[in-house]
Amino acid sequence: MQITYWNKEVETADDSSLKSLQLKRFKETIGWALQTPFYKRRLGKVGINSAYDIKSLDDLKKIPFATKDDLRQNFPKGLLSLDMKDIVRIHSSSGTTGIPTVIYFSREDIDNWSDLVARCVVTTGAGPGDVFQNMMTYGLFTGGLGLHYGAERVGMTVIPIGGGNTKRQIKTMKDFQTTVVHATPSYLLHIHSVLAEEKIKIDELSLRKAYIGAEPHSENIRLKIEQLYGIDAYNSYGLSEMNGPGVAFECVYKCGMHIWEDAYITEIIDPATGQALPDGEIGEVVFTNVIRRATPLLRYRTRDLACIIPGKCQCGRTHRRLSRITGRTDDMLIINGVNVFPSQIEEVVMKIPEVGTNYLIEVDKVGALDKLIVKVEIYSKMFRGDASQLDALKGKIKDELRASITISPSVELHEPGFLPVSEGKAKRVIDNRPKE
Amino acid sequence: MAKQLNIFVENRPGRLEAISKNLHASQINVRAFTIQDRGDYGLMKLIVDNPNKAYLALADLGCACALKDVLAIRIPDKPGNLHKLTMALAQAKINILDAYGFVIQSNNVGVCCMEIENLEQSGAAEIVKDAGFEILEDEQLYEI
Repeated sequence: MQITYWNKEVETADDSSLKSLQLKRFKETIGWALQTPFYKRRLGKVGINSAYDIKSLDDLKKIPFATKDDLRQNFPKGLLSLDMKDIVRIHSSSGTTGIPTVIYFSREDIDNWSDLVARCVVTTGAGPGDVFQNMMTYGLFTGGLGLHYGAERVGMTVIPIGGGNTKRQIKTMKDFQTTVVHATPSYLLHIHSVLAEEKIKIDELSLRKAYIGAEPHSENIRLKIEQLYGIDAYNSYGLSEMNGPGVAFECVYKCGMHIWEDAYITEIIDPATGQALPDGEIGEVVFTNVIRRATPLLRYRTRDLACIIPGKCQCGRTHRRLSRITGRTDDMLIINGVNVFPSQIEEVVMKIPEVGTNYLIEVDKVGALDKLIVKVEIYSKMFRGDASQLDALKGKIKDELRASITISPSVELHEPGFLPVSEGKAKRVIDNRPKE
Repeated sequence: MAKQLNIFVENRPGRLEAISKNLHASQINVRAFTIQDRGDYGLMKLIVDNPNKAYLALADLGCACALKDVLAIRIPDKPGNLHKLTMALAQAKINILDAYGFVIQSNNVGVCCMEIENLEQSGAAEIVKDAGFEILEDEQLYEI
């Protein structure tokens, strides 16, 4: 197999040079972090008041874990370490409680991130001459722009089509002879089902590779996509707190995702005790970002469960490999690639006076796509007896949910007493999607 | 002004049975009813002999229901009278949200029309006949 590198020196660095690069960047990051109100307090408490207090990578263990709540409570500028005039990009995500989280990027940060994504692209064997159709959503979500910058840097021809509009996706793939796509696995399966309707055969396309990410999927789903399209599909991992896509990516051997450890110091911990787990054991993935000047984030708990795959990869890269994400430590749902917390839905529906105290969230698989159904009870005292009131209520719930979680669920109205009561541990989420 | 009882009901088996059971328990006499279908739910609309009592009976059980004022208009049973009424409303640009009609005969026959899913395959007609009811053929229905 032909192996190509974007930055061979770093990608194949031996353990001691990788660790010394990590230490150098970790020290720099501590210096940046101490310029933020949040880390000045937090690091001061554990005796870190300057970058000189860091002697070795072991000092990382002194630093308390950071969580999504920390990002929310310090919104908007508690973790900003630069003047706003040095910020060139903001990415933000909706939070579970309506308070968003934000990540700031300097010009250099965008440059570093793009370089890591370029590394991912080259790792899969893609490069100049490839036509890259980026089907991931652009905007505040990092998935679209992240891959876009990396692919351009490598010299691919980038089609920034974004998500949705399946017929146009297919036409574009055909018109420009797209060779590489980036999408959620469910969307690729959906597109395949529409190809037949559009009377387009696979051999009319020039597809060779797909980057699949933003939602957990099984090896079977990958194989299915590879067989349906006759291509190679590579697993992609990232999260906006660690810049976005490009944290870990599969190489041509497709046996786990290389984590770019020069940029992201990785720990796997027992989510209950916080203790480090050895390679091969599944636990919560924790990252320290050591390449972002504007928003330092240390020992961030991703809530993703996975393990480090022990052993060396045949591709020659020394960076350790992350397994597929096997689950979450919280109740987050991933609906067609979009992260949704049940608490976001609860907050919206419970604010509406015509809705009673009970609700239920159901997720189904319809064809290849996820379907979110939100069931609520009518609050009998607010009912005026008109069908128009019910229609308006349904519309209102739908609109407000879309504003909060960015996807549009179907809404069902139910009689009072139909749904499980809210006292005690009522089951509020029913996920009917097949587990593979 | 006449009161009509509007009840929010989900479209699933057993809901009308539950409502009629509760009305029966409160000795409510139903004079007319119709259902406004909205897909996965509907509104059951009732004219009953004691609207307030019926409302309280259902509301106490947690039903989402409400009493609405309705225009109860007596129309002589002759061709053209419905048109005469609707023309008057149309000329006044009055929009009718929902309406239903029923004919009461001196021999006191009430007619309930039901829409049954998969009527042929369900065997509903046989079940109704077996329960001792007469099913009216369309000619009979017109002659009532």
